[in-house]
Amino acid sequence: MKQRAITVLNALAVFAALLVLWQLILWVFHVPPFMLPSPWAVMRAVGARFPSLLNALAITAEESAGGLAASIAVGVLVALVFAQSRWVRKMLYPYTLLLQTVPIIAIAPLILMWMGAGIPAVTFVAFIISLAPIIANTTQGLISVDENLVHLFLMHNASRRQLLFKLRLPHAVPDLFVGIRIASGIAVIGAITGELFAGSGRVGEGGLGYSILYASSQLQTDYLFALVLAATVLGFSFLFLVMFLEWYFLHRWHESARAPEAE
Amino acid sequence: MNDTAGVPEIEIAGVTKRYGNAHAVLESIDLVVAKQEFISIIGPSGCGKSTILKLIAGLAIPTSGTIRVDGMTPQNARETISFVFQDATLLPWRTVKANIGLGLELEHAPNERREKEIAALLELVGLKNVAKSYPRELSGGMKMRVSIARALATNPRLMLLDEPFAALDEMSRDRLNEEILRLRAEQNWTAVFVTHSVAEAVFLSDRIVVLAPNPGRIHAEFRVDLPASRTSAIRNSPEFDAIVTRVSHTLRETLRQ
Repeated sequence: MKQRAITVLNALAVFAALLVLWQLILWVFHVPPFMLPSPWAVMRAVGARFPSLLNALAITAEESAGGLAASIAVGVLVALVFAQSRWVRKMLYPYTLLLQTVPIIAIAPLILMWMGAGIPAVTFVAFIISLAPIIANTTQGLISVDENLVHLFLMHNASRRQLLFKLRLPHAVPDLFVGIRIASGIAVIGAITGELFAGSGRVGEGGLGYSILYASSQLQTDYLFALVLAATVLGFSFLFLVMFLEWYFLHRWHESARAPEAE
Repeated sequence: MNDTAGVPEIEIAGVTKRYGNAHAVLESIDLVVAKQEFISIIGPSGCGKSTILKLIAGLAIPTSGTIRVDGMTPQNARETISFVFQDATLLPWRTVKANIGLGLELEHAPNERREKEIAALLELVGLKNVAKSYPRELSGGMKMRVSIARALATNPRLMLLDEPFAALDEMSRDRLNEEILRLRAEQNWTAVFVTHSVAEAVFLSDRIVVLAPNPGRIHAEFRVDLPASRTSAIRNSPEFDAIVTRVSHTLRETLRQ
């Protein structure tokens, strides 16, 4: 407990030092506010435009969460298919690599063309970009079961169903969580990137990415910073939520899920 | 009373096993194990000890020759066989209790019977205090106890044990050996026990089969003429030493060829 308090204090101290450095740079180099606003100005922008900031945050959160949920559902299903045989994996694996390597920015215009601007298109981008790590990690978990455990189940004449639900799936849960942890971060990035292309300008429908685009075109740099701050908070919240769930479900039996020690 | 009373528990006749076109892992194995006999299989690494167990369990198929368990094919006899692996092979997401109940659960035993069996086994193997613990909270010896309890839960007539205590320290190993003898005396199962340790084999067995490698074949057999009810004290007797010396000598022979 004490250890943890010290860790938090250290992090806060670094944060304070960065703020001081930021302010010093402004004073020493006389940077104009439209290039780099002061920390204080950013805080004022957060306060002044809090409702619209919150609204943008909520929209991006919805898109990221929707995309992530879809990639978990689809990813687990695809992994179940992959786990059926080495043949299936060999045949289909290159396409998951494709999923990982196609730059999302390159296909965003296509998605925009097919689905039109708005929340569904952005959710789709978040889904596409966060799918690969779920598939890869879950498949790994499903197929890396100890051979003797499979033998044990066979000795009790276990059915395919029992092998799947009582052995392979529970065994894959820690790996699934690793996948979700990675995917949660990139789902948020995907949603914001998606909004840069397909975010909607309709009233009350612009998320963080759209607002960032808008703020930069208007040289509202203080608000731009506030939006970046909000995006960071969103990414962190996602990560912490996933890590909490991981801890909650795994800490009793799995080594990796224990609270990370302060080094 | 028992219509299969005259049938031996295991009959292995002329069994050869090779994987692909490689040289034979086992060649021309003939072995008969009587009901309620405890036999140990001992031999240098790579002589196919574990393969014999897998063949008896039906987890591997012989290339030629036949295997009968209680007069049936191994696959058909599975209900009466339990396998104890070298690692405890517990499901880490299940408590000790749920691990012990795994076999009964897979065989769709009714809840009531499951609870009763588990409670009795927790008592029998001395695991009552850790019933709700998870495997990672247990020592190696404790995990092995859970693994043995799980094997016993389905009331096997035949226990196949593949170097179950190889990873344990000597103290835990000796204690579990005594435990195994006690459990067997109470439940009268047949056992085929694979081990590297001559002392362990002598302490536990009615009969010891020594295998030689390349290809795996039966090199010698020893009957262990020690009293049926054995205590740890027997390890210090001259008779015990004499058998250990003889088996060890034969075991060294298999390496010299």
